[in-house]
Amino acid sequence: MDRLWLAAAVVAGIPLLLVGYITLAEGAVSRLPGRGSGWIRPWLWLAPGLFFITVFLIYPTVGTLRLSFLGPDSTRPVGLANYVFVFTDKSMLVALRNNGLWLVLFTLLTVGLGLLVAVLTDRVRYEAAAKSLVFLPMAVSFTAASVIWKFMFDYRPPGTPQTGTLNAVLSLIPGFQPRAWLINPPLNNVFLIVAAVWVWTGFCMVILSAALKGIPSEVQEAARVDGATEWQLFWRITFPLLGSTVAVAITIMVVFALKTFDVVYVMTNGNYDTQNTAFAQYEQLFVNHDFGHAAAIGVVLLIAILPVLAFNLRRFQQQESTR
Amino acid sequence: MANVTLEHVSKRFGQAEVVRDLSIDVVDREFLVLVGPSGCGKSTILRMIAGLEDASSGSISIGARLVNDVPPKDRDIAMVFQNYALYPHMNVHDNMAFGLRLRHTPKPEIERRVKQTAQMLGIDHLLGRKPKQLSGGQRQRVALGRAIVREPLVFLMDEPLSNLDAKLRVQTRAELIKLHQRLQTTVVYVTHDQVEAMTMGSRIAVLNNGELQQLASPAQIYSHPANVFVAGFIGSPGMNFLNARLIRAAGGIEVQAAGLTLRLPPALAAKAMSAPGADVILGIRPEDVRKSEADRNNAEPQAQARVEVVEHMGSELFVYLRLAEDTLTARLDPSLEVAPGDTLPVSVNPERVHLFDPQTERTLL
Ligand SMILES: Nc1ncnc2c1ncn2[C@@H]1O[C@H](COP(=O)(O)OP(=O)(O)OP(=O)(O)O)[C@@H](O)[C@H]1O
Ligand SMILES: [Mg+2]
Repeated sequence: MDRLWLAAAVVAGIPLLLVGYITLAEGAVSRLPGRGSGWIRPWLWLAPGLFFITVFLIYPTVGTLRLSFLGPDSTRPVGLANYVFVFTDKSMLVALRNNGLWLVLFTLLTVGLGLLVAVLTDRVRYEAAAKSLVFLPMAVSFTAASVIWKFMFDYRPPGTPQTGTLNAVLSLIPGFQPRAWLINPPLNNVFLIVAAVWVWTGFCMVILSAALKGIPSEVQEAARVDGATEWQLFWRITFPLLGSTVAVAITIMVVFALKTFDVVYVMTNGNYDTQNTAFAQYEQLFVNHDFGHAAAIGVVLLIAILPVLAFNLRRFQQQESTR
Repeated sequence: MANVTLEHVSKRFGQAEVVRDLSIDVVDREFLVLVGPSGCGKSTILRMIAGLEDASSGSISIGARLVNDVPPKDRDIAMVFQNYALYPHMNVHDNMAFGLRLRHTPKPEIERRVKQTAQMLGIDHLLGRKPKQLSGGQRQRVALGRAIVREPLVFLMDEPLSNLDAKLRVQTRAELIKLHQRLQTTVVYVTHDQVEAMTMGSRIAVLNNGELQQLASPAQIYSHPANVFVAGFIGSPGMNFLNARLIRAAGGIEVQAAGLTLRLPPALAAKAMSAPGADVILGIRPEDVRKSEADRNNAEPQAQARVEVVEHMGSELFVYLRLAEDTLTARLDPSLEVAPGDTLPVSVNPERVHLFDPQTERTLL
């Protein structure tokens, strides 16, 4: 009961606090002599945002950075040892390799398939139905989706009834030996990626499809009259015009690929060489209780994502300037 | 040779039939204008010729080749779209070169044509710009240029001037006429503006509700409209229509409207004999109404009309008159001094009247 009250107080209190702050700040600014208020006002409005970013983002980041140079229990400095671990430990190297695999395959498949579905459904009559079908997995939680795919890839020894969908279906082919899809590396990683692709393709399809609708049909018709085949039309008109949306989809997918955790956790629990960095971090923190290792992994992930963020920021600025 | 032939072409969208049994033969090198009110099917016809829309029935041929099943890219036509439809990600040069590149035209040839066309249209200083960085009139020229460099068999233009301001429109209209004279290519031009139709077309096809009303030269359409719709659509202000009766009088035929009686000249009278009944619709163009001179000793019967509205246009004067229960628009000498409420003696040139069957609305002359 106490918690409920606390929650209610937070929900009502924070907006009230902010409104009170704005009223006070604006009142104070308007009382200042004319010249000063010009540069002070933007900072007063920014201040709450800056405050929250500092407390919830910058402070933990700096904290993690500090922990990454300390030992497992965060008491003594160990220099770069944690980072050396990240880049030399055998299991960590596999995790890094898997992350690379995810980065390339997951991004390529989600964006590629999303684009394909968006373009193809754009020309059929049952477009809405087809797109709903592809989008549907988005409504399933990542964990649930992983459970579903675990059943799909399930394996029983030859001679016993195959309960896994894939093995059951393939067993209809004479001479087929059931396979342990999730157990044999490195291909098992691909099957994990398939599950994640199943969920995220719908997302890519939706944003690409929206962009596709934004291309005036006359522009495509003009290209047809100008002599373009459907193939040329796609590569020379449609795709370049979708360019910025494709880039956005790619950056979002890259970020997701780098931080995937649930699929690995549920489907293989990081066994059989399917662990990735996010999973390794979890393991270091909650199983090994090694804060130093976990923090170093976090910092490496952060640095890996920085170029993607920089690219996104640049795009936003370019879009602003062409507007 | 690039004539465009439509034979019994119909187009249905679901239940709605938007083009009905249309047969038009566009002669080689002709500038044919399709004109009609909004929604009458002009764009649909053009899109069927381009291949962007399939005809529900009938046949379409370009240069003696049946093209019903030929995709747009193989029809050798170029189209100028109402909203330009330039490729937003390409600069002006690439917009114009796109069609030629797809056809693997040699590079020097592409450069030559693009440069020459750009100079002709006065856009050679804009070749490096993206469509976004152009004004409406400039985009218009680029769209035209993109069509011209292709040197196609047929140009299709869908209201290409509708987005321009009045002055630019007049200017571009003249340029298009010159262009056609120079290029000598078949053009099918869609507009709902009858001034454009009259000034640009070698022939005009007037459409209404997806049906061809009349196909003839501008002069013919103006002087001999086939029916009430064409008569009312072409000409500004529109033709006056009065309910009237044919009376056989001594020495000829008279047309009697509520406030006006005319004696038909012999040539018209002979044709008017064909009228099935006595009732007719009398059509009078505003310029055929004049102020009658009381002292002049002519045979034209007069009518007394009351002036309701006076519109001074500078070079001309439009006067809206009431004649018994009819209204009558007259185009008069701008030096004439009239004010609303005045009574004006008017007469009508009987040589130039039009008579229509009130049932079929077709011309009787
Ligand atoms: N794809 C379509 N589906 C259903 N009806 C359509 C379609 N395209 C056009 N129509 C209908 O066909 C008729 C003719 O349309 P069209 O665009 O040819 O007219 P238009 O003469 O070009 O008119 P405007 O001068 O306004 O451009 C209209 O009533 C329109 O509603
Ligand atoms: Mg139209």
